[in-house]
Amino acid sequence: MEELFDVIVIGGGVVGCAIARELSRYKLRIGVLEKNPDVGYETSARNTGVCHGGFAYDPGTLKARMCVEGNKEMGRLSEELDFKFRRCGKVLVGNTEEERARLLEVIRQGEMNGASGLRMIEKEELHRLVPSVLGEFALLSENSGIIDPFMMTIALAENAVHNGAEFFLQREVEAIRRDEEGNWVITARTWPFGGKVSHAERESGEQASVKAEASGGRNPVSGDQESAGQAPGTVREEFRTRWVVNSAGLSCGKISDMLGIKGYKIIYSKDDYIILDNRLGSMVPMPIYTVPSNTYMGIHVTVTTDGNVLLGPTAEDIDKPSGYGVEQKNIDYLYDAAMAIWPHVKRGDYIRTYCGILPKWVDEKGVIQDFKIEIRDDIAPRAVNLVGMESPALTGAPAIARYVVGMMLEREEFPENADFDPVRKGIPKFSELPEEEQERLIAMDADFGELVCRCQKVTKAEILAAIRNPLGAQTMVAVKYRTRAMMGRCQGGYCQMRIAEMLEQETGARPEEITYARQGSNIFYGKVREA
Amino acid sequence: MEIKQLDVLVVGGGPAGLAAAVELYRKGIKDILVVEREKHLGGILRQCIHDGFGLTRFGSTMSGPEYAERFIHEAREMGIPCIVNAAVTEITNDKVVTVVTRDGIRKYQAKAVVLAMGCRERTRGALAIPGERPAGVFTAGVAQAYMNLYNRMPAKEVVILGSGDIGMIMARRLTLEGAHVKAVFEIQPYPSGLPRNIEQCLKDYGIPLYLSRTVTNVHGDVRLQGVTVSEVDEHMRPIPGTEKYYECDTLILSVGLIPENELSIDAGVQLDGRTRGARVNEFFETNVPGIFSAGNVLHVHDLVDFVSLEAESLADAAAEYVQEGRLPACPIEIVYDKNVNHTVPMAVSGTRPFRISMRVNRPMKDVRVVLRQDGREVASKKMKKAIPAEMIQFTVDAEKLEGSGKLEVSVE
Repeated sequence: MEELFDVIVIGGGVVGCAIARELSRYKLRIGVLEKNPDVGYETSARNTGVCHGGFAYDPGTLKARMCVEGNKEMGRLSEELDFKFRRCGKVLVGNTEEERARLLEVIRQGEMNGASGLRMIEKEELHRLVPSVLGEFALLSENSGIIDPFMMTIALAENAVHNGAEFFLQREVEAIRRDEEGNWVITARTWPFGGKVSHAERESGEQASVKAEASGGRNPVSGDQESAGQAPGTVREEFRTRWVVNSAGLSCGKISDMLGIKGYKIIYSKDDYIILDNRLGSMVPMPIYTVPSNTYMGIHVTVTTDGNVLLGPTAEDIDKPSGYGVEQKNIDYLYDAAMAIWPHVKRGDYIRTYCGILPKWVDEKGVIQDFKIEIRDDIAPRAVNLVGMESPALTGAPAIARYVVGMMLEREEFPENADFDPVRKGIPKFSELPEEEQERLIAMDADFGELVCRCQKVTKAEILAAIRNPLGAQTMVAVKYRTRAMMGRCQGGYCQMRIAEMLEQETGARPEEITYARQGSNIFYGKVREA
Repeated sequence: MEIKQLDVLVVGGGPAGLAAAVELYRKGIKDILVVEREKHLGGILRQCIHDGFGLTRFGSTMSGPEYAERFIHEAREMGIPCIVNAAVTEITNDKVVTVVTRDGIRKYQAKAVVLAMGCRERTRGALAIPGERPAGVFTAGVAQAYMNLYNRMPAKEVVILGSGDIGMIMARRLTLEGAHVKAVFEIQPYPSGLPRNIEQCLKDYGIPLYLSRTVTNVHGDVRLQGVTVSEVDEHMRPIPGTEKYYECDTLILSVGLIPENELSIDAGVQLDGRTRGARVNEFFETNVPGIFSAGNVLHVHDLVDFVSLEAESLADAAAEYVQEGRLPACPIEIVYDKNVNHTVPMAVSGTRPFRISMRVNRPMKDVRVVLRQDGREVASKKMKKAIPAEMIQFTVDAEKLEGSGKLEVSVE
């Protein structure tokens, strides 16, 4: 068996998954290490999901180029991979002459970036397009749109798996070194019941030794298991690889240091949001922004591909990612700011709040820099280093992936994967299908006739398919992202018990092993009574 | 697709739906169908394993499942068709009902539709409680379902926000199963649940209840580690400097129930801003002719007995509607003063005796609930105390009404 990986991608965010998929066009042994129990857990899931037009970035930057390219191909990609994308347009709403001048400047900049479909519209047209908005005029960006960011990331990952890539969830990289032959050796911490460490393996006590034998390139590190203060069952594994890609998102600085590329200063922007009921979706036919300054896009009112209205983001600079808490003052501020452009916010429509964090590369003066995508042949050969992958990395992900692989191909020839299949089919969305199609599905599989999530009309068949996902993600949130179950107005009040039960049954986990999301987010302390 | 004709389709096989179905059958309306989304009839009563149901309706107390069983048994004896594991996905305003089942999609054209979907719990997200989003934050009903229906223990060290009845009942239940309930916090200056639950579920177990306090921060990256609780001012805004940290692994929310009316809205049913249930007349008929609503989907009740009684009144009217093809017009509107939170119904015919259900906005002592028409007193009820937690009901003799002038309820 082949010992070595050709490429290990560190980070299963949207960019890492897009890179893995792009690499799977070639005959390579590809591994993706993700520290969370699923892909797209951090920045990729916690944003507005807007597919940007490419006008907001300085001409000549990678941000501008990747965004414009990514935007252009989003339609085709969403069809290939079966995730939701709507090219609905977007408006930047203004009131004063100064704002008009600024918007005209934005249009000029956008055109320099190669963005198309940008024009000023006056009040009448604005209110015809978006009747619910306040404002005198707007910049309309016809090619902007909205993406389902969870499903885009999952779809890229699943298609990569379909084409041979391997995903290793719950693998947190702790150290990287190079061996005598110049291969990268990556040490990752892992713990049971995530990724491919299955419950059955743990029960039989075989753990990593068996797996290291079964799959080449990974070795357990002896004598270092279950150190104090760690989750029981924690083990370390080594992954040996010729190439490594740092696509670690929030941890890009840390991984860059481990690769020996030191000195990047990263700051973080914390964005709080409020989610409103998806009954309101029709009132926001396209994202509504205010006039941006050079550095801040302002509070916007956007809509998700499932019709939920989002208010945000707050954009506070912080030194360290410090959890995803949302503060009361920000909730109040978002309400006030959103009401100024979209006077329809009612507290009764709040579904929940959330927070996302973006990594930004800054210079000594704290000025935000472009995306950094580099191969330092001098100090870290065969390592692609991606630093400061913030917005618009979601829009730009497919272009970034191609750019990264292009840099690798400049240095090495990869044999093509003749079997590469670009198509991925998602779980059927029962609630969105015409009645005849629903009937056909039920006739095929009666589980489509059993609605488990009332608010979002998600069937048992969809939930089972989500639990049996190709990545092996086995948490409540994995089901939530894949099906929308528990995302509605009752927030799982009706369905979460059933989903937890199905998760136990399908994975063979004990009640106390079921987690909501990350390691440690266990839901139960066991049974009330032993029957 | 074949559309099956029916006299009455009942949406929901909980206490309201079952009581309506049984009473309809008694009134001779036998071409009915009860549609229940869960695998069993009984609705929320199935998880209410505590005692205290049925005193008003049956004259003896029993557990929730026992109370439900009385109606399930009757429905079975009568041979009333009920389908379970079947979800109503659409009701049109001309009463075509779409039901999704494991055997396929079914459609029914009903002469009358009874909305009996019950209510759901207000969530943390709806309150926008700040802080992190760890596991360990449950609404009281979810915790109750996990414990009583799924045999899963969700908690060890517990803080409860909200003094709703289910929250207090869960305080006792969790304590009995070995969890430690540190305290119950209520944002209002008075409890929102029933006095008997404060006695039997909190005081008897030494669980403190603190008023005018709320959770202002949630801590814990993955599982809950603690909550910050603050005192609030008279506008229910947290008072800076009053923060106290409570270590806990579980936060139980009992912060209100919301009638579950998404299907009603799609059918064109108008909702009331206060109750968040349908606006109905004395016949429990909504603005859509032939669509009726009763129980917790109409307005949240404190006792299931009143849910059953209300559904039985609905059934009497629905039976008349099916038999006669119409019900008397209800031109007399009911309005209320600032001390009243809401009334049900919102309009009456003036031709028959009717019952008003209402709640006050705040606790009051030695009051008179008065119903006036054009300034003239037509009914009144003296009360030693009136609290928001307890629904107030009184019956009005129609002969006291004159013409179609508005009725005004006041508490003085």
